[in-house]
Amino acid sequence: MTGFDWHNLIVFLGRRYDDIFELVGEHLLVVLMSVGIALVLGTGIGLLVWNKPITRSVAISTAAVMLTIPSLALLALLSPVLGLGWGPTIVALVFYSLLPIIRNTVVGLREVPLPILESARGVGMGPIRVLFTMQLPIAWPIILAGVRIAVQLTVGIAAIAAYVAGPGLGQYIFKGLSSLGSKNALNYALTGTVSVIILALLLDAVFLLIARYTISRGLK
Amino acid sequence: MTAPTNTGPFSTANGAVGIELEHVSKVYPGQAQPAVDSFSMTIEPGELVMLVGPSGCGKTTTMKMINRIIEPSSGSIRIDGNDVLSLDPNQLRRHIGYVIQQIGLFPHLTIEDNIATVPRLLGWSKKKTADRVEELLTTVQLDPGTFARRYPRQLSGGQQQRVGVARALAADPPVMLMDEPFGATDPITREKLQAEFLRLQADIGKTIIFVTHDFEEAIKLGDRIAVLGERSRIEQFDTPANILSAPANDYVASFIGQGASLKRLALIPVSEARLAPVATQPSAAQVDIEDNLRDALDLLVLTGGPSIDVSEGGRVVGSIDHAAISAALRATSGAGRVG
Repeated sequence: MTGFDWHNLIVFLGRRYDDIFELVGEHLLVVLMSVGIALVLGTGIGLLVWNKPITRSVAISTAAVMLTIPSLALLALLSPVLGLGWGPTIVALVFYSLLPIIRNTVVGLREVPLPILESARGVGMGPIRVLFTMQLPIAWPIILAGVRIAVQLTVGIAAIAAYVAGPGLGQYIFKGLSSLGSKNALNYALTGTVSVIILALLLDAVFLLIARYTISRGLK
Repeated sequence: MTAPTNTGPFSTANGAVGIELEHVSKVYPGQAQPAVDSFSMTIEPGELVMLVGPSGCGKTTTMKMINRIIEPSSGSIRIDGNDVLSLDPNQLRRHIGYVIQQIGLFPHLTIEDNIATVPRLLGWSKKKTADRVEELLTTVQLDPGTFARRYPRQLSGGQQQRVGVARALAADPPVMLMDEPFGATDPITREKLQAEFLRLQADIGKTIIFVTHDFEEAIKLGDRIAVLGERSRIEQFDTPANILSAPANDYVASFIGQGASLKRLALIPVSEARLAPVATQPSAAQVDIEDNLRDALDLLVLTGGPSIDVSEGGRVVGSIDHAAISAALRATSGAGRVG
């Protein structure tokens, strides 16, 4: 085995950079769409169950079981029903995002101290107002942490969705793996993998900024 | 208070309103015994009534039924003649100040925003709200420039409780409900908060229901004290002096505990006693005429002399001895006793 052919990689990147950017864009889009859907669904489910002990444990254990299904298996199960491409990818990613979001919504809401809720009622706030001006803002740091975990999780899993012809950087990784031995096999796999890692790090940095500007200083 | 009185559903113009509770009961589902059993009480406008009793006697439940944080099972509650059970609970609560032991400041909002909560719910203008917040912070002795933009966690317990009181006073409600508001503070802070609270109440004259398990606090603050037993039964409802001098039964006596006379002395100002002429020799210590007889007795014991001088505005106006203190105590016992 000779040393890695850097020149070859640079030529490869130079030729395919617009293709790579498009895949990065797709990857980002599918992650954001899925986590966005999961955020609405997950906080909704969290709000419905957080103060009911039985439904709460049912919701959290169901989401936990869902997370243990291997992503490759789930995609294989989804594709006969939903076909190939974006459909099964988004469903699978929403699926994996639900646990951290539901669990953190429940934990966040449960950690709002009862005297605060009693005070909020005591000054004449109705339940909807208490929810939107007290419970959700106070639980927000914990809910946001759940969303951050969901994003990290789905950036990785989205790469595997190329197995069902899903969008994103997984296409390069799979292309590289399926053409091992050819001139560009390593370039494909490496470009796909490193891009996924860079994307994950960038998204994490974005979350630090979101946290900084959306979490009240009184809660830090 | 310069802020306009906002009595909301209560019509009284001068701001203070009376409260009547009639046969108010609370039965929790699945419990045989009611938590509060047929509680009746009439509270005069501007009066500070203390509900005092042991833990679990139902005093807090009784209080929380007035702003319907707990819904009564039966009976009627009227504030200024209006049946509170027929009012919208949220509207009602915006016109009743509410302070709880755990304070319950909103942690994600600044002190300013915490205090502005009710004015905003009532749709006050920005200017009026901001002026009111500044006025209230000054009233509770927190510098607006220093504290308005801080968050609750940046304040000490005593400061937080002051903000809690300011928030409850924000829309100048005619009625205040206070549930052991100073219970969680250390003794020194508590004493300070109590003194400030008395000064404040002298200015604003709200109708206040104040729950405590601390009989000393009840004596110190209350215009009248209701000593409550099991299921919020009223054992005695009278002025602090009358309860101390003539407890209605053994239960009340046990609540007062030892040294009822000493506690009563703390309620009588030195000016009530017959002062002897100024002694020829100045005593080792002086008591101010505005102080109470317990302070005077304390100094007598401390100095060991036959009498101590009484001063008014720095000038010695007379002297007081043990006999004068005892006489003042006897003179006030039973005076103005009700029932």
